[in-house]
Amino acid sequence: MILFDATLCALIIAVALATVAGRDSFRAIVFFIVYGLFVSVAWVRLDAVNVALAEAAIGAGLTAVLFLAGIGRLRRAHVQADQSVPLHLPAALACTGLTAALGWAWFALPLPDRPAPQLAQAMPQAGVENAVTAVLLNFRAWDTLLETVVLLAALIGVWMLTRDGNWSAPVGVPQNVRPGGILSGFGRVLPPLGFLVGVYLVYAGTSRPGGAFQGGTVLAAVGLVAAMAGTVRPPRIMATGWRVALIIGSLAFLLAGVAGELLGSGFLTLPVAIAGNAILAIEIALTVSIAVTLAFLVLGPPESDGSGGSAS
Amino acid sequence: MSALDFFALTGAALVGLGSYGLIAIRHLLRQIIAFNLIGSGLFLFFGAVAARGGDSDPVPQALIITGIVVALSASALAVGLAVVQAEASGHAELPDGDDASDGPDDAQDAT
Repeated sequence: MILFDATLCALIIAVALATVAGRDSFRAIVFFIVYGLFVSVAWVRLDAVNVALAEAAIGAGLTAVLFLAGIGRLRRAHVQADQSVPLHLPAALACTGLTAALGWAWFALPLPDRPAPQLAQAMPQAGVENAVTAVLLNFRAWDTLLETVVLLAALIGVWMLTRDGNWSAPVGVPQNVRPGGILSGFGRVLPPLGFLVGVYLVYAGTSRPGGAFQGGTVLAAVGLVAAMAGTVRPPRIMATGWRVALIIGSLAFLLAGVAGELLGSGFLTLPVAIAGNAILAIEIALTVSIAVTLAFLVLGPPESDGSGGSAS
Repeated sequence: MSALDFFALTGAALVGLGSYGLIAIRHLLRQIIAFNLIGSGLFLFFGAVAARGGDSDPVPQALIITGIVVALSASALAVGLAVVQAEASGHAELPDGDDASDGPDDAQDAT
């Protein structure tokens, strides 16, 4: 397998090079998608299937859609999307030094004690069998709660970029889809399948690789495909139901945290007796919020039809 | 060299490559892509550290998943800002520090 790993690493670096170098931004993003897929294979090789799922769905999936949409919006504004990469010698030297320093750090790091005994001892109290889910939703719940708040803050930041006249328009760029074309066909076939995969990932996340983030991302992608294919119309910022969906994850998390405090085990510490069910409930609420927030983040601020380019 | 060495050194190379892109390329969208390479390289390095000494440690994996999601949300905000800057100035680049001190150029009087 060492040959496989070496080849994989060489491919990752080659594709990353193609992403940075080259004039064409569209091509760079296509290489970025391939890069994300190779890196998720690397995560499988590192025995981190949960991370591999997240990288494939977010790194290779949503991030690439975000960048492609970014190119589209630059072109709508008649801004040059391509640029050749100049040779910058001081930067090249500094970055080679950075890589060398990280490489040195890798070989200089002392070996840790394995396996980490505290986690293995605590796992029976977690309420779930997937150790990564246990860490995310129980042992380090603070991190995940604050992460949901970061997602909301980023979305508020994106929405603040809305022009005054577009505030009541549907989120994202208006889509024009040819009826009977490939995209509108995809828009009918992919969402039901994707929905099934997303829900399964959330449900499986308690005992097998998967979880709220991976499942939520797949569901966000389902929403994006449906919106881009014109199957569903993106909602407006002001829609109350969607706003509730945005915060329900953080809310459920906070309620569970307060419940832990009232039941005597401390804020954001789930009592052992209810941990399993509580985690499943939090995960479902969290999935809804993550899916809606990520989809809105990628769709971007509302834009109406006629307001493409502006003064330059 | 073990397999883990390969992944850690790949992570290190990605950090260097991404940093070069961030410095050398002026186009904002391409800078955001390069920035994502840095993040992804650091995750890979961190993941290789987590896998040392036998069993893969779930705590760093959970942190990496958190990091991947946060990187996406930060990228979304950055792309939004880059598009607004491009619409306002007509260029998908930030003005040079020298240009800015010379006087207001088109990127700065547009708000």
